[in-house]
Amino acid sequence: MKASPTDVLTGIYYIDGDVAAGYGALAAGCKLVAGYPITPSTEAFEAMCRMGPQVGTVFIQMEDEFGSISAVLGAVWSGVKSMTITSGPGYSLMMESIGFGAMLETPFVLLNIQRGGPSTGVPTKTGQADMMQSRWGSHGDYELIAISPDSPQEMFDYTIKAFNLAEKYRCPVMIMSDECVGHMTEKVVIPEADKIEIEPRRFYKGPPEKYLPFSPDPDLVPKIAKAGDGLGLYITGRVHDERGYPVKNEEFKAKYVRRLVDKIRLNKDKIIELKEESTDDADVVVVSYGISSRVAVKGVEIARQKGIKVGALRLVTVWPFPDEKIIDLAKKVKAFVVPEINYGQIVFDVARCCHGQANVVLIPHGGAGVHNPLDISDAIESAAKEDKKIEGVVEFKTRLEKIVFERGLKFKE
Amino acid sequence: MKAKETKTKEIQSVPSKKGEIHPMENLLRMDRMPHIWCPSCGIGLAVTAFASALEKANIDPDKISIVSGIGCTGRVAGYVKLDSFHTTHGRPIAFGTGIRVANPKIKVVVFSGDGDLIAIGGNHFIHAARRNIDMLVVCVNNFIYAMTGGQVAPTTPLAAYATTSPYGCVEPPFNIPYIADSSGAVYVARWTTLHIRRLINSLAEALQKKGFSVVEVISPCGMYYSRINKLGDGLDMMKFYHDNVEIRHGEDTKNLDIGFQTKIICGKFVDRERPSYMERYNQWLSGVKGGSRDEG
Repeated sequence: MKASPTDVLTGIYYIDGDVAAGYGALAAGCKLVAGYPITPSTEAFEAMCRMGPQVGTVFIQMEDEFGSISAVLGAVWSGVKSMTITSGPGYSLMMESIGFGAMLETPFVLLNIQRGGPSTGVPTKTGQADMMQSRWGSHGDYELIAISPDSPQEMFDYTIKAFNLAEKYRCPVMIMSDECVGHMTEKVVIPEADKIEIEPRRFYKGPPEKYLPFSPDPDLVPKIAKAGDGLGLYITGRVHDERGYPVKNEEFKAKYVRRLVDKIRLNKDKIIELKEESTDDADVVVVSYGISSRVAVKGVEIARQKGIKVGALRLVTVWPFPDEKIIDLAKKVKAFVVPEINYGQIVFDVARCCHGQANVVLIPHGGAGVHNPLDISDAIESAAKEDKKIEGVVEFKTRLEKIVFERGLKFKE
Repeated sequence: MKAKETKTKEIQSVPSKKGEIHPMENLLRMDRMPHIWCPSCGIGLAVTAFASALEKANIDPDKISIVSGIGCTGRVAGYVKLDSFHTTHGRPIAFGTGIRVANPKIKVVVFSGDGDLIAIGGNHFIHAARRNIDMLVVCVNNFIYAMTGGQVAPTTPLAAYATTSPYGCVEPPFNIPYIADSSGAVYVARWTTLHIRRLINSLAEALQKKGFSVVEVISPCGMYYSRINKLGDGLDMMKFYHDNVEIRHGEDTKNLDIGFQTKIICGKFVDRERPSYMERYNQWLSGVKGGSRDEG
């Protein structure tokens, strides 16, 4: 299905990533945006409030993040596409309802413009430390999809993709961007509506008396319905059977929660998008996502000038994790270098898939800034020279850490 | 309640004679009976009153979404044959706001308890009232957290016992009609489960009202509140309501505090007009292309 021409703000823009994501949501047919202001994500919400009414999208600023995500879930069940926007502390507050959304198999999109944490952290500067939270933040077993764009153009493109994946797999989709990408202003091209592919909602169209809201199709995803159609929906966060009725024995739990997990795990191949470059004969592969992948380009370039065979693997889809790809590469390469703006999150999944077959080097960053490309090239260089196998994750000592911990830091600095 | 439960079981086990069905079968999920509520609980009465009010108000049940949170009253959504949403603790009003704003053709009814709506969901309650979202909120108040076994609630009267106020509740309770009134609700009433006829009329009236309406239903909790406070069983509570309720329509909501075993003032306290959220939204955005939405 093509996007509706009335939803797409076709043109060439010079806008930041936040605004681009907002325009992407409108193009994808998002008809309700509920949010709560939080730096550095506010511009996306503002853009949708400003432009939304022009394409028939309703906006509401809720009283807190619990409210905004709950309103989004309500809106989806009333039949529209919906999105909420937040950052760090707000994301933490939304965790319960992310699990609720996964349990109800509610297609919705959450844009998280990550900032420095923990707690209030550094609200105005970048971070990538919510990656594990996006996967494991809500209690119980569930799977969802997380995407990490690295430019304003991608913020537009991948917000549309996020909506499409949400509809296709009836699950929450997280756009795990960060302050750098959110506040980066670049050229964004919004194409004509007929160039934008939109996944329609999988509405049930059969006889009302036969409708089972949680009876899956062969791809494990059930057809959805909406309130007001006379189907007598019963939607609950309790473990439920195909009718939606609560059940509490272990057999039913095994059957229904298993499917929540399997509908993502078994469709992984169709969901995962990676960008791979020169990994065929590489000694070292840089695995990165979001803003770090953009910085890594320079690091890789410097290392190549020194004659090192280095490839790059960019995780556009971070969750589900591309296990098979890493397992496959681990057989061929000497080491993986993982720059991320945290003290080790995705790097542990890389190490898990390596099975000790390749060394794994983390280039940490505490946040409030991005990596120095020279650190990345140095890490690549030393990983390429390392001949012995090292167990576990090796931490690369960055220039920043040397300055802070070896020379010391005075308060006035 | 007991009598009703037996009747329900009879319907399930004995094949009914032609034309003999439960009078509310079209509005209840009979395949989910028997329900979980204890003997002497008043929630069933509140549901019966609501179902009768729906018929009385003559609203198309297909266009109603009933949203509950967590707790004993949170289970109501699951027993009513409407589009039912059993949401997370405290969030039914926010969830309902999403339904109503995204699809104004749907009438939202939030049916939940005092803990769900006034404690954990208190913020959503006052803000939905302030916005005047089109929504009927039925708040069943049994003065206690019953689902978890009798803990103190924001409505527990001063000095009443609960498992987490074993020396008597030291916190003054909320006066729900007063919060609703001062936050901007357009319709506020309070009844007990003894006043079924008046409750039905009030719910029917509130269902037809445009804007944020609140009906508080005082309900006996024989298993926890009455037992812990030695107030007898459900029937004793009903007798207490009979002897101690005073009906004062139009009473200033400031005067509606409920103390431990004191007089309970019931009635319709607020009935006024104020533009609803969607009315203002449509009016102010009518100049913007695509700005306004059709209301049901």
